[in-house]
This record gives sequence, structure tokens and C-alpha cells, in this order.
Amino acid sequence: MGNPVLSIEKLTLALPSYADRPQAVNDVSLSIGAGETLCVVGESGSGKSMIAHAVMGLLPTAVKPTGGTIRLGGRDLLSLDPAAMLSVRGREIGMIFQEPMTSLNPVMRIGQQISEMFEAHHVFDRPKRSKRVVELLDEVGLPDPQRIARAYPHELSGGQRQRVMIAMALALEPKLLIADEPTTALDVTTQAQILKLIDRLRRQHGTAVLFITHDFGVVAEIADRIAVLQQGTLVEEGTGTEVLSRPRHEYTRRLLAAVPSLVPPERSKSQPKEPILLVENLEKVYRKRSLFSAGREVKAAENINFTLARGETLGLVGESGSGKSTVGRCCLRLIDPDSGKIELGGLRISDLSTSALRPHRKKIQMIFQDPFASLNPRQTIGRIIADGPIANGVSPEKAFERARELLDLVALSPNAIDRYPHEFSGGQRQRVGIARALALEPDVIVADEAVSALDVSVQAQILTLIKELQERLGLAILFVTHDLRVAAQICDRIAVMQRGRIVECGETAALFANPQHEYTRQLFAAVPGGRRFRNR
Amino acid sequence: MNFLKRFIRNRGAVIGLVILLAVMIFAVIGPTLFPQSPWRMVGRPFTAPFTMDRFPLGTDMLGRDIAAGLVHGARVSLLIGVISTIVALLIGVPLGAVAGYAGGFFDDVLMRFTEFFQTIPSFALAIVLVAVLQPSLASIVIAIGVVSWPPVARLVRGEVLSLRSREYVQAAVTIGQSTPRIIFSQVLPNTIAPIIVMGSLMVASAILLESSLSFLGLGDPNLMSWGYMVGAGRTRLLDAWWISFFPGIAIFLTVLALNLTGEGLNDALNPRLARGRK
Repeated sequence: MGNPVLSIEKLTLALPSYADRPQAVNDVSLSIGAGETLCVVGESGSGKSMIAHAVMGLLPTAVKPTGGTIRLGGRDLLSLDPAAMLSVRGREIGMIFQEPMTSLNPVMRIGQQISEMFEAHHVFDRPKRSKRVVELLDEVGLPDPQRIARAYPHELSGGQRQRVMIAMALALEPKLLIADEPTTALDVTTQAQILKLIDRLRRQHGTAVLFITHDFGVVAEIADRIAVLQQGTLVEEGTGTEVLSRPRHEYTRRLLAAVPSLVPPERSKSQPKEPILLVENLEKVYRKRSLFSAGREVKAAENINFTLARGETLGLVGESGSGKSTVGRCCLRLIDPDSGKIELGGLRISDLSTSALRPHRKKIQMIFQDPFASLNPRQTIGRIIADGPIANGVSPEKAFERARELLDLVALSPNAIDRYPHEFSGGQRQRVGIARALALEPDVIVADEAVSALDVSVQAQILTLIKELQERLGLAILFVTHDLRVAAQICDRIAVMQRGRIVECGETAALFANPQHEYTRQLFAAVPGGRRFRNR
Repeated sequence: MNFLKRFIRNRGAVIGLVILLAVMIFAVIGPTLFPQSPWRMVGRPFTAPFTMDRFPLGTDMLGRDIAAGLVHGARVSLLIGVISTIVALLIGVPLGAVAGYAGGFFDDVLMRFTEFFQTIPSFALAIVLVAVLQPSLASIVIAIGVVSWPPVARLVRGEVLSLRSREYVQAAVTIGQSTPRIIFSQVLPNTIAPIIVMGSLMVASAILLESSLSFLGLGDPNLMSWGYMVGAGRTRLLDAWWISFFPGIAIFLTVLALNLTGEGLNDALNPRLARGRK
């Protein structure tokens, strides 16, 4: 590898005094050659994004570089003044952000936004600029680039917007492209396309790519070399195959082991049990109220039928907008379905009035996605868990006693009962959320993306906990997820949803071995790192 | 960082709080400092300030002690400011909470009702209310409360709207908590911070409103208030400036102090929105 495009040497970034550790990044050295992709992997809080922001000169004011150098083609970026940095950004370094929905200006046409890149750096005259914009849009694989250049961001899908972001980042042919979790907010099928696009472009242009991600599947797809960060320290660096197949550091090994496999584990065939939850012909249509025109209709659930037996886990799998969350929430009557029947233990809860339903709500509980939004920040953990039993007529002393037992059950210290949610990590909060759901001794639990917001190692722990609890308590679980790996590990049966319909439903092992529906096959093919992590 | 540390970092807020505490202390110990009624004529009229030890701030055109008036006025101003703010909160918070949580038809009706009050100039409405009800402590408090609740209702409604869709509120629904309980135990405690901030600023505007009413002669005739003192001295502003000047300064400082404290509370309670930090 000749001269590296980017070389970071002994970079140390100091955090302000009130942070939980003194350094965001500690003594990290990395280098990327032309046409090479370096993946920086780490869990949340590992400092991986800080490195990207330091290279871009976009560090928060509270974070100060205290040592080391960042050299781009021989120039030290840390010593540049803000004016010099302006010409480096965009011209020499391009950046793609995580959230395609918010990284484009909503009131500017796509073409204008891209040609701003040229304007800012005074390249080309006007006609040349618009010609180049169309070429760029064509290069990132957008259909009908002339039309897209005149479109506004809201007219494009998430994947298309991310393509536009890539076009902008590459407009001036920078030597380095920084991609900070560029596919995390996208669906798997879109993610696969975007990864392919980034890979193709860096080959064509010889761009060095600094790819920040938490997802080992994505890493396996795209990385030439991998750097693993733990708590701001570089623990391992090597080529893709080296790190993925022969990890040297204990932490890397742990992370890799925590990535759920796509092969469903062997399950003992158990006796078919009585169904506890029965859903028939469920329909839900969202209508946008509009004063002047006919409102837009979105069919979130259409002719949904399934049953869930005691002790069974049914996975509801699909991409965003497939209606899987709507169906999950309809079962709890958090959303009222338009029509159809929902029976819970023989009781038709779809027809009950809100007040008639209230005493029966305890039979079906929910685990929410976001461990930070699902706990009331102003209540103690004990209150949060005990509130359910208290609302159902249990005396407060008994409810708090039960809360202690539940904390023990979800492997938290019973002393946590007097503490507030902000004192806990994401995984611990999710345990509290599980304890809250179990406090009412429900028959059915709806888990809506219950592990999607967690780091892989924590995710594995929570999945194990859910499985254990299910075996011990005989719970029926409706597991809503977009993550096929997770679904393979935890579900007995899987229902695949697309645009509000269940397109395929079957035993997990059979479904994975031989998917029937075209869409299911597409989903499986798109899982990042599918080949590498399939047979372990 | 805890709340106190963040509050202390804002120097303006600390100054505001100190002034406010000074005013409060005067209001509390006032009657022991000046046991006589502030309405009593105790000296020669038009004594200039700093000329006689007995009347450090001088006397007005009837020979009443201005210092005594100031101290007794502090009680009235603070009392009216705080109580009428509480009245406004008692109207605005439940209304906003119900509108925000129920949504739909209730929201529309309650918000149109709120807007109806907002379309009437608040000071004119307050004058009419006090004039109709006869000037007294109670009528002034009611009038100020009635004209100042609409912004509270709007603020609370907005907060509740955004909190209603939070996952912990949905969790409360699934565990079977009743709707009033959800509003009081899950939603409202999380709106406290902006309400406290708004409340502290409302005390300031209530004091101003009361002063304006008293200035126009619509104050409680039995209570010495700052607004009345400014109003009483306005005809002799040129030759006896101190009669209006000192109560005016008192109003100015108290309102300023309340605003500074309110801003400081805002920064301390919403650390992510605080200015100057990224």
C-alpha cells in the first residue's frame, strides 16, 4: 500500500469533565489507502463517530483533540484554521450521514443542492454544473436523473435520498469518503443496494472509504480492513478475513459471537397447544384528513389472520411500512382496528369498549422498542413496575414486594427499585421494561422491535432472557422485528409481512430452508453478511 | 450535572434570585420595620429623600412615608403576583391537559375557547372585570388570572400532545391505568419544567398588570401598592419626582429579577436547550 490517503496517528480526544470517561478516543492510529475501505466497528459509546467527526473538523465544542495528528495526503487537518478546513470539506473529504430523512434541505430541489457543492468551491460555470449534476445522479443509479434533479427531497424514498447524499459527497471527487452508519436507517433490501453502490463507486474512482458502523453483517459485506474500537481504544485491526474468521482480541470474539446466526437452532417438536391469541380478518386503513382533496389511504393491515399458542413465539417480520407494528398494536388495542376479530383466551377483545377492556388488559402486555422512551423519567423503577398491579387492585406494599422479585427475575439488583431510569444503561432499561410487562402475569407478550435499539452483545443477553422467561412462565410471544437474524433465533414460527399483508407464514426452520414467496427470498438475500455468518 | 450547579452557572439568574429574596424579606419583615399603617400621615408633605433620618426616601404630597409604602407594597405586589399566577395555572393546566390528551373534537372546542380569550386585549378585559366586580384583592386576582391563562393552556396542550405518543404513556395504557391517572401520574409530571418557567415569568407580568390597574385607580382602596404610589405621584412628577420614582424602581427591579430567575430556571431545567452549549 503506497502512501495512505488518510493517516491518523495517536489521536486522543478529551471529553469534558462531566462525561463518564476522560477520553472519547484514546491513542488511536489508523490509515486508509486509495480505493480501500476501512470499517471502524464498535458498540454505542465506543467513540467511532467521534473519529469521523474529528477528521471532518466537526467535533462538538466540548470535545477537544489533545494529541496526535490526522493527515490527509500529508497535511495535518488538526492544525488547519477554519477557513482552510472549509475548502478541505467537500473537495477532499465527502461525508454521508446516517439519517437520509433529515440530511437534505426539504425546501430545495435535489439538483440545486448538489450544484451548491460546485458553487461553494467555485468549480464549473452554470451550464456545466447542471450537466454534471445529472451525470452524478445517473452514476449513483437513480432512474430518470433529469426528473430527480428537479424533485424535492420529500418526493424521494429513503434509499433514493441516501443515493442523492452519496452523489453530493462524491460530486467533487474527494480522495476520502466518510460514511457514518449510512445504512442503519434503511431497510435490508435498500441497505444491500446502497452497500453495493458505495463499493462500486470506490472501485471506479479509487476513493478511500472510512466506514463507521456497529453492524458486523455490513462489515462482512464491505470491509477491506477492520478496526475494532472498545471504549475509545483500538483493540484490534486487520484485514477483513483476518478479523472476522480469526479474531485475536477477546472483545472482538465476544462481539462476533453475539451476532445472531441466520440458521435457526434445532427445536424439539412439542405438542400443539391451544391457541391463546386468535386474529381473524384484521383490517386497518390510515386515512390522511384533507380539506380539499380526497385523503390518501394507506392499508397498514389487510386480511391478517394468525393464531398464537401458549408457550409459542410467532415472529412478525417485514420492512418499515409493512404494517407489522400496526398489527402488534392492534392486538393490544393501542390502535383500534377498522374491522376483524381479535380473541384473547376466548374473549373477543376487538369488540369491547375502552372501559370494558381495561380489566382484561393485564392478559396481554407489551415490550417496547426504545429503552430510553419507554420508561417515565420521573418515576422510580419500583413505581414503574408496580404501577400495573396497583392499577389492577393489588395493594402497593404487595406490588412493590413483587417488583423486587421481578427485578431479581430479570437479573437486576432488587436495590434498583428506588432509582430512576436515567441511572441505567439501555440493556438494563430494557430489562425493566420486561419486568413491567411481566408484573401483571400476562398470557401474551407483544415485543415490538424489543432488541433493535440495543448493541449486539446486549441484544444477545436480552434474547436469552426472553427465551428463559418464556420457558419458565409459558408465555406466548408475538415478536415484531425487521431483523431476520433475531427472528431466526427466537421464533418458532414466522409470518412475513409486505404492504399490510402476510405473504408467507410457516415454521422458522422450514421457512429459512425453503422460502416460498418471492419477497421472502429477496429479504433473505439482502441480509448483510449473509454468506459469512450463515454457517458458523 | 445537577440542577443547582447549572442554575448557579447563570450569573444573571443568581442576581435575579438575590434581588427577589431581598424583596421577599422586606415583604415578610415589613410590618415589624414599619408597624404603622402606610396610609398614616406621619410627616411634612414633600420631604425630599435623604434629607431627614426619619424618612429616608421622603414623604409624598400628604406626608406619608414612602419607605413604609414601599415595604407594605411589596407584600401586596408579591401576593397578587403569586396568587393570580396560581389561579391562571389552575385554569390553564387542566384545560390544556384535557385538550392535548383527548384530542379531536375536545381539542378543537377547548382551543377555540382559548383563542376567544386571546383575541380580547387582556388589559382591557382586566379593567372591565375589576370595574364590574368592584376593586378588591379578590377581584384583581381573578381578573389577572382570567386574562393570563390562555398561554398556559396552549403550552400544556403542546407538551401533552408530544408526550401522549411516548412509549411509557402507551405502556401505562396497556397495564390498564385509568385515563385521569395516566394524565396525572405519567403526563403532567413531565410538563412541570416548562410550567415552572412560564409560571415565574407570569408572576412578573401579573405584578405589572396589578401596578397598571392600581395606577389607573382600580387597585384595592385598602391596600398600599406600588402601582397606586406611582399613580398618586404622577401629577407632581416634575417637582416631587421621588414619589413616583422609588415605587417605579421597585416594580422594575422585581420584574427584572423574576425574569432573570425564570430564564435561569429554563436553562437549568432544560439543559439541552441551554444557550451557549453544544
